[in-house]
Amino acid sequence: MSTATVTRPGPGGPSGPAAPGSPSGRPRSAWERVRTYTPSSRYLPVITTAALFVGMFSVGGARYEGFADPQVFLSLLLDNSFLIVLAVGMTFVILTGGIDLSVGSNVALSTVIAAKTLEMGWSPYLTVVAVLVTGTVLGTAMGLLIHYFDIQPFIATLAGMFLARGLCYLISVDSIPISDETFQTWAFASVDLPGGYYVGWTSIVALATVAIAALVLARTRFGRTVYAIGGNESSALLMGLRVASTKVGVYAISGFCAAFAGLLFALYTLSGYSLNAVGMELDAIAAVVIGGTLLTGGRGFVIGSLLGVLVLGVIQTFISFDGTLSSWWTRISIGLLVLVFVVVQRFMTRRQP
Amino acid sequence: MTQTDVPPATDDVPGQATDDGPTPATGPQPDPGTPVVEMRDISITFGAVAALSGVSLRLFPGEVHALMGENGAGKSTLIKALTGVYTIDSGTILVGGREQDFATPAAAQGAGISTVYQEVNLVPNLTVAENMMLGREPRRFGMIDHRAMNRQAAATLERLGLDVAPGSVLGDHPIAVQQLVAIARAVDVEARVLILDEPTSSLDSDEVAKLFEVMRRLREAGVAIVFVSHFLDQVYEISDRMTILRNGRLVEERMVAGTTQLELVQRMIGRDLEVLDQLDREPASAAPTRGTPLLTAVGLGRKGSLEATDLELYDGEVIGVAGLLGSGRTELARLLFGADSADTGSVEVRASRRRLRSPRHAIDRKIAFSSEDRKGEGVIADLTVADNMLLALQASRGWLRPIPQATRTRLVADYIEALDIRPADPNALMRHLSGGNQQKVLLARWLVTEPDLLILDEPTRGIDIGAKTQIQALVADLAAKGMSVVFISAELEEVLRLSDRLVVMRDRRKIAERPNDGVSVSDVLEIIAGEARSEEETAHV
Repeated sequence: MSTATVTRPGPGGPSGPAAPGSPSGRPRSAWERVRTYTPSSRYLPVITTAALFVGMFSVGGARYEGFADPQVFLSLLLDNSFLIVLAVGMTFVILTGGIDLSVGSNVALSTVIAAKTLEMGWSPYLTVVAVLVTGTVLGTAMGLLIHYFDIQPFIATLAGMFLARGLCYLISVDSIPISDETFQTWAFASVDLPGGYYVGWTSIVALATVAIAALVLARTRFGRTVYAIGGNESSALLMGLRVASTKVGVYAISGFCAAFAGLLFALYTLSGYSLNAVGMELDAIAAVVIGGTLLTGGRGFVIGSLLGVLVLGVIQTFISFDGTLSSWWTRISIGLLVLVFVVVQRFMTRRQP
Repeated sequence: MTQTDVPPATDDVPGQATDDGPTPATGPQPDPGTPVVEMRDISITFGAVAALSGVSLRLFPGEVHALMGENGAGKSTLIKALTGVYTIDSGTILVGGREQDFATPAAAQGAGISTVYQEVNLVPNLTVAENMMLGREPRRFGMIDHRAMNRQAAATLERLGLDVAPGSVLGDHPIAVQQLVAIARAVDVEARVLILDEPTSSLDSDEVAKLFEVMRRLREAGVAIVFVSHFLDQVYEISDRMTILRNGRLVEERMVAGTTQLELVQRMIGRDLEVLDQLDREPASAAPTRGTPLLTAVGLGRKGSLEATDLELYDGEVIGVAGLLGSGRTELARLLFGADSADTGSVEVRASRRRLRSPRHAIDRKIAFSSEDRKGEGVIADLTVADNMLLALQASRGWLRPIPQATRTRLVADYIEALDIRPADPNALMRHLSGGNQQKVLLARWLVTEPDLLILDEPTRGIDIGAKTQIQALVADLAAKGMSVVFISAELEEVLRLSDRLVVMRDRRKIAERPNDGVSVSDVLEIIAGEARSEEETAHV
């Protein structure tokens, strides 16, 4: 192909909106780049959610005494660590255009398995492995059904949801307390921060999950294939991408994350119970949506889902600080927020040519 | 039909012959005598149907090879055989002189055969660079190196002369640019053969020029390009060599230079003009009475599907629309009915100022449209004949006013008898009927609404000769009773036999309109081939 003579195209050739800092442009000063920087529309939803979170936190700080204390924020992370992990897994699934309704039941199943095996005297490490393997296998099985039998994700994971919940009762109908020493240590482990603050280990683990997931989505072929499938599955197939393994993979990841969240939940409550986490899959979906991920797939970031969980958490904190509001206001606010975000998303996608 | 053997390659030297760009004076020009791909005697059957029988194709480096043929000629089947989508029943595929048998599209891609389809098969939500590099991104320490990826993509874009920012989101670009990015993805690998299947169908003329510029660059670089297009002018502008197919058989391979468009159209349609002229045609029905036009279209057009077109329709008149596939026949019908919304111009019915904006408007004004896509836009396979037939009438009455049972039974029985629908069972499921009978039910669906104007797009496609004549007779009968009909068909004889007035389309334009007074098939072919265009345009009614 050495004979091709390259000439610059004349004006009037098709050209897209030049991205800031595009390699074909002339070198620009750092200040000029900062001054002319406009965030890509891809990041807008995440920025909006971040602004919403900061705004709500500031309003809370102004209205209620003690709200602005950094420890409130750290507790927010601690109280929602399992939901953060759950939302991470859900983000993978939703990015491909799918949905996973089974994660709430999967969390409950994980807590019950953890409590039961510990009660039976298993090593806590073996318990962790057993829980994670169970969750991942459940997720993989649903992924295989969805991809190879072409079953709607909604239906396949609905079946998984009932299956997992049913299995909980098979293991134990009653709540089982966890008295294992290792688990107790993990549950209360925390890192002291300067100024007398502390951050729970579970929060750190949850944030690490977010970071790893963000890296996988942005910088691996698997991650980019997730976005490609959400953009157009048949195109992804024609482009020769590994659609099958990726689709099954996201449900496996979601199952793994659900089991992992289940462990965190077991540490949080130090018990295993069949009725744990009823409807938690919907909280996870709400967090992902509020975090700016399109339900049709292809657009969104895990960092948005983290912010989504924090927004949900701050609403709860608001209501507990206020003291006069009924806790149902949490649900009402979440409902309104989801509605607003979905409508905004609709407008954003409609602008696409 | 004679199986034309491939002509000796030494006679007509491929490449450069019709190149209007500057040909590279230097550089290792690959030996023009050896094809990079040679398909010999390829046959493929689907069930009992022979989709391809004994077709050969030779692709030379540095040449644009047009694959010509009407719908169903086997062009896509041949392409899919080459790209590993279909497996061949017999014949050999040689790539670079070695026999190959591609089991998957990925295998063909690995051998340097890339395909760009009519629809842009990329993902709109990722960047241009990602779309070009997905699946083969440069990696560092196991992680995608975005910087290197953007650099590589930019280099490829520049090589093709495309001014597109690699970091911009693909979906923000117009379709034409997306199409060019798809080509950039295809040639980014070591593409020796690039197959472009109808790449221009959604592009306007500036965008086509840009595409051709890219194609010329690739040709100069020694890529063998397969170009499939229904636009004859485009084929003549860019192609060096062509292979003509008809009904799954090879007609011939020849150089584009030295083939007139008339010859090409004759070979694609596959009839001898002298023989066609001798066919006796029934005289067209009596000239319709004029007056206020039933429907007036002024400057009706839509970007990428039809250039601004004027048309007037009168009561009791059959307008035949002739033209090759992709000439804009269907697009005209859809715009007249309001199924697609027009960018320019308007349609007025009975000189009323109200414009048609949707099919609903059209139906309210007693216009009916039977789509060419019988399966997709017509038949509801799981409903009964009676339900299918009464669908349009029920829709125009509104769902709150059901058709009385007695009327239902009577209407359905009447039309089953009148159109000779078999089986004559109102409760038979539509899926069990033959294509011809399904078509009759669809006709009945619109006839029960008693329209003033019936637009029929390919009503006789793929149905047997008996049903075909019945439908033709029915159309003539309806026109005699005062209904106005727009009749669109790929079969010119049929159009000429039925119509009072003839509209000839080509390249999404109306190129001629004239009364059907002894027009012959060869006249029409000449108009389409552009040989007599200027003369015919003055022959306006």
